Amino acid sequence: MENEKPHIVPYRIYFYILAALVTFTFMSIGITYLNFGPYSVLGAMIVAILKSFLVLTFFMHLKFDQPFLRIMVSGVFLLFIAIVFLTFIDYLYR
Amino acid sequence: MGMWLFIFTELLLFGGLFLIYSIYRYLNPEAFRLAAHELDTFIGAFNTIILLISSMTIAMSTSALQQKNKKLTIYLIVITLLLAVVFLINKYFEWGIKIKHGIYPGSEHLINDFSQGEILFFALYFVMTGLHALHIIAGMVVMSVALVRVQKGTVNANRPSLLENAGLYWHLVDLIWIFLFPLFYLIH
Repeated sequence: MENEKPHIVPYRIYFYILAALVTFTFMSIGITYLNFGPYSVLGAMIVAILKSFLVLTFFMHLKFDQPFLRIMVSGVFLLFIAIVFLTFIDYLYR
Repeated sequence: MGMWLFIFTELLLFGGLFLIYSIYRYLNPEAFRLAAHELDTFIGAFNTIILLISSMTIAMSTSALQQKNKKLTIYLIVITLLLAVVFLINKYFEWGIKIKHGIYPGSEHLINDFSQGEILFFALYFVMTGLHALHIIAGMVVMSVALVRVQKGTVNANRPSLLENAGLYWHLVDLIWIFLFPLFYLIH
């Protein structure tokens, strides 16, 4: 990565991302206290996934890096989802 | 690139723990709900915000380094380190209260007065937040090395890799906490 020309991200972009992340945090707390039963977990997880997407894209510079890194990161997350899916299939139908 | 491969192994390490968590939570939903009431959502949320802010400051430090603003780079790394210390102090008090109430892995109180599911919840809580705290400490060590080398000038706008990688590692620590927080503190 040494021979790329560096992309300097302006400070205010980072600040906006932080504001969004903090808002999402309060949102997930709100969802929990409103208590939608089983949907609370789903809601909290969706918010967590959105937050991690922001962290990966902006803080971890995936938006400004080579596209193949993005593909690899998505691959790791897909692998994890596949493992969880298969394990639950195993538990549910054994 | 190498840093990313390392981050993948870390993600899968925690991924395995999250898998164990989701299976046990699926098998013991009521016990997990009861046990989670022992945790303080306020401390959890406070630590979440601290980590998010620290992630922003370390990300900004890379921008400052690229703009050749050495002084600001150093300030931002120091702020990040201070926030990490605040996180660990909170964790210390949080765990301290649990341990004072007799809730720690293998304690008499936990074995005699709690159900199997609740014991599992606390075991996962201590292992996962403990491993996360170790990652915080590791991140602090890497950032301190980066701090010294920025000060010396061996990490600079033309050679920013060490600071960039320290930042990536720190964001990973933040990323893991983003999932730990709702799974342990937000069960209602």
